[in-house]
Amino acid sequence: MVMKGKNYLSGNNSASFVAIFKRDIRLALRNGIGSFIAVIFFVITVTLFPLAVGPELNLLTRVAPGVLWVCALLSTMLSLDSLFREDFEDGNLEQIVLGVLPLELVVLSKAFAHWVTTGLPLIICAPVLAVLLNMSGKGFIVLILSLLLGTPALSMIGTVGAALTVSLRRGGVLIALLVLPLSVPILIFGVGAVEGAIFGLGERSPLLILAGGFVASLVLAPIASAAALKMAVE
Amino acid sequence: MTKAKNFRLNFHFLANPARFIRFTNKIFPWVLIIAIASIVSGLILGLAIVPPDYQQGDAYRIIFVHVPSAWMGLFIYAVMAFSCAVGIIWRHPLAFLISKASAPIGACFTFICLLTGSLWGQPMWGTWWVWDARLTSMLVLLFLYIGYIALNSAFQDSHKGARASSILVLVGVINLPIVKFSVDWWNTLHQPATISKIDSPSIDSSMIAPLLLMIVGFMTYYFTTLIIRVRSEIIDRRIKKIRLEQTRAMNE
Amino acid sequence: MELYGGYMNIDNKQKGELKANNLTCVRGEKTIFSKVNFTLSRGEALLVTGPNGIGKSSLLRVLSGFLKPSKGELSWRDGSVYQNIEEYRTLVHFVGHSDCIKSSLTVFEHLLFWSRLRGNSSSAYEALERTGLLNLAQTPGRFLSAGQKKRVSIARLISTYSPLWFLDEPTVTLDADSEKKLEELIIDHRSGGGIVVVATHSKFRLDQALNLDMGLKAIEEDESEKQKLKTYENKNKQDTWEEW
Repeated sequence: MVMKGKNYLSGNNSASFVAIFKRDIRLALRNGIGSFIAVIFFVITVTLFPLAVGPELNLLTRVAPGVLWVCALLSTMLSLDSLFREDFEDGNLEQIVLGVLPLELVVLSKAFAHWVTTGLPLIICAPVLAVLLNMSGKGFIVLILSLLLGTPALSMIGTVGAALTVSLRRGGVLIALLVLPLSVPILIFGVGAVEGAIFGLGERSPLLILAGGFVASLVLAPIASAAALKMAVE
Repeated sequence: MTKAKNFRLNFHFLANPARFIRFTNKIFPWVLIIAIASIVSGLILGLAIVPPDYQQGDAYRIIFVHVPSAWMGLFIYAVMAFSCAVGIIWRHPLAFLISKASAPIGACFTFICLLTGSLWGQPMWGTWWVWDARLTSMLVLLFLYIGYIALNSAFQDSHKGARASSILVLVGVINLPIVKFSVDWWNTLHQPATISKIDSPSIDSSMIAPLLLMIVGFMTYYFTTLIIRVRSEIIDRRIKKIRLEQTRAMNE
Repeated sequence: MELYGGYMNIDNKQKGELKANNLTCVRGEKTIFSKVNFTLSRGEALLVTGPNGIGKSSLLRVLSGFLKPSKGELSWRDGSVYQNIEEYRTLVHFVGHSDCIKSSLTVFEHLLFWSRLRGNSSSAYEALERTGLLNLAQTPGRFLSAGQKKRVSIARLISTYSPLWFLDEPTVTLDADSEKKLEELIIDHRSGGGIVVVATHSKFRLDQALNLDMGLKAIEEDESEKQKLKTYENKNKQDTWEEW
């Protein structure tokens, strides 16, 4: 029903898709250190773990995939709050709603920008942190692969939480409560793939399932988020 | 046209709040009686009459609470998902009211399921909590319930809250089977499969009767509390509206 | 211009392009406004007046297609707006209370972004020139005063063409000069066949405009509401779920 009468792939749409993406990237870059808070958070929380559980190398090898994934998940959540909120508060969300681009694609564009500014830096940092956690050699490539498939899915799932809480003043804490249970499968298969590679249980099937989750979130999350955003601008 | 009419006739009792209250007034005592009768008889049958398990002794009797509450936790979430879909599509306020009123009941059943599961785990596995696939899925379900309740109550405008949290329920209901699948997969990866077998003892035919009675009892108990909660919500809104009108009249 | 589909058929001179029929808006338990009726043809304007909190902003949000009225019909060129709300929204320029300004983007970048949202090639420079903002084109939003921010929003109106302008308190932070410029822009827009709706609680000069005084209307409504309430009390029942 939402899609009736809209040409999703017209030139106008792709121009405004790119415009929203570029603007979000530009805003993040001009925000200076603020936009890299997620990565910094990631690095700090990961380094907390050896301090908490002790520096024993075998133990670190054992927990490395889980620690990296949980910290990546939490830092993605951390930066979600501002995804739609700033646009909502300064009125730009209304202008975006009045634009030609269907809201589902707006969500996709903003989620993509969110991933480029938070997910991608996480993936770049992850191998270095994996070294600190004494991860064994076989895990590195699979870690990067699983994060490449998993973090965009987390961004997509996160848009639902961000869109639902956009009009609430204290939405930040709520987002975590709404989104974390939804991202359990991504976490399980992400960690599962890395552990599968390290402990020789096979990484192929969890990676494939992760890819399936990524595609599903790409299709389903924008529908829910767009519905929530429409409600927010009422 | 006739079909639409039929639909309307079938749901005639929901046509307006006054009629809804009249209808529920009529059925309420019956539902309550069934609930009390089946829970009491189910408990007597299950706790006293059915013979003890040859392996687990009397400890297994907790399934007469554990299994029905697990069912109810899932069933109520399904009811919520259905009514949220109805609410979003047809914008019928009763649908939102039902899901709002159901959520705490469902959360309680889910919590009871977790609690009894944990209590059961102590004599069985010697520990209060085992990361068993089913218990873990129920834990995630509990988080989904809490998220719904928190989001619903975070909105000042109750209509907006109802709609926003409905979207969450629909997302959750898509997500829940995936969670179940992933937790099952995770469980087989980390634990030998034998442990989860204890969770589902082969059910003796003598156990079926109390189990069914408890399920019927919990179900009707859910309906009684649902009716009470929806009615009080209707009355609450009515009072709010009257207050609003009064303050408007005072201002003039 | 294919974007506007059948809407842009300018030769087709029709009476009553934007029609509000019995619009009623309920939010939460509160009725914001009820039974708003008007018809606007090409080049016409509507001035919505009344005290604060009477529902002017909500009316504009309904007209812009953000908010669906609880009752009544809004139609554009003989078709209900809600048949294709997304396409209708692209015909709307809305200037609300929020300034839409990002502190780190320049004025020019703002206008470029907004016109890209409409999928149009922008005439951002021209828009800046006509609103006298050309010297601020490269200034980031954080250095702008409230009045300048408002002027950037007004420049948005002419950076891309949309036939419907809905302005909510557009003059509130403007100086006399800019106010006059806005009046000129509105005259230009109307002579080109555009429709303008302005909500304001202060004085605003809008030539040959229809006037909708929501304050007066609310009083009339209240009278009839009271009558109705009496009949309600007699019947002592609620009719629908929406009306309890």
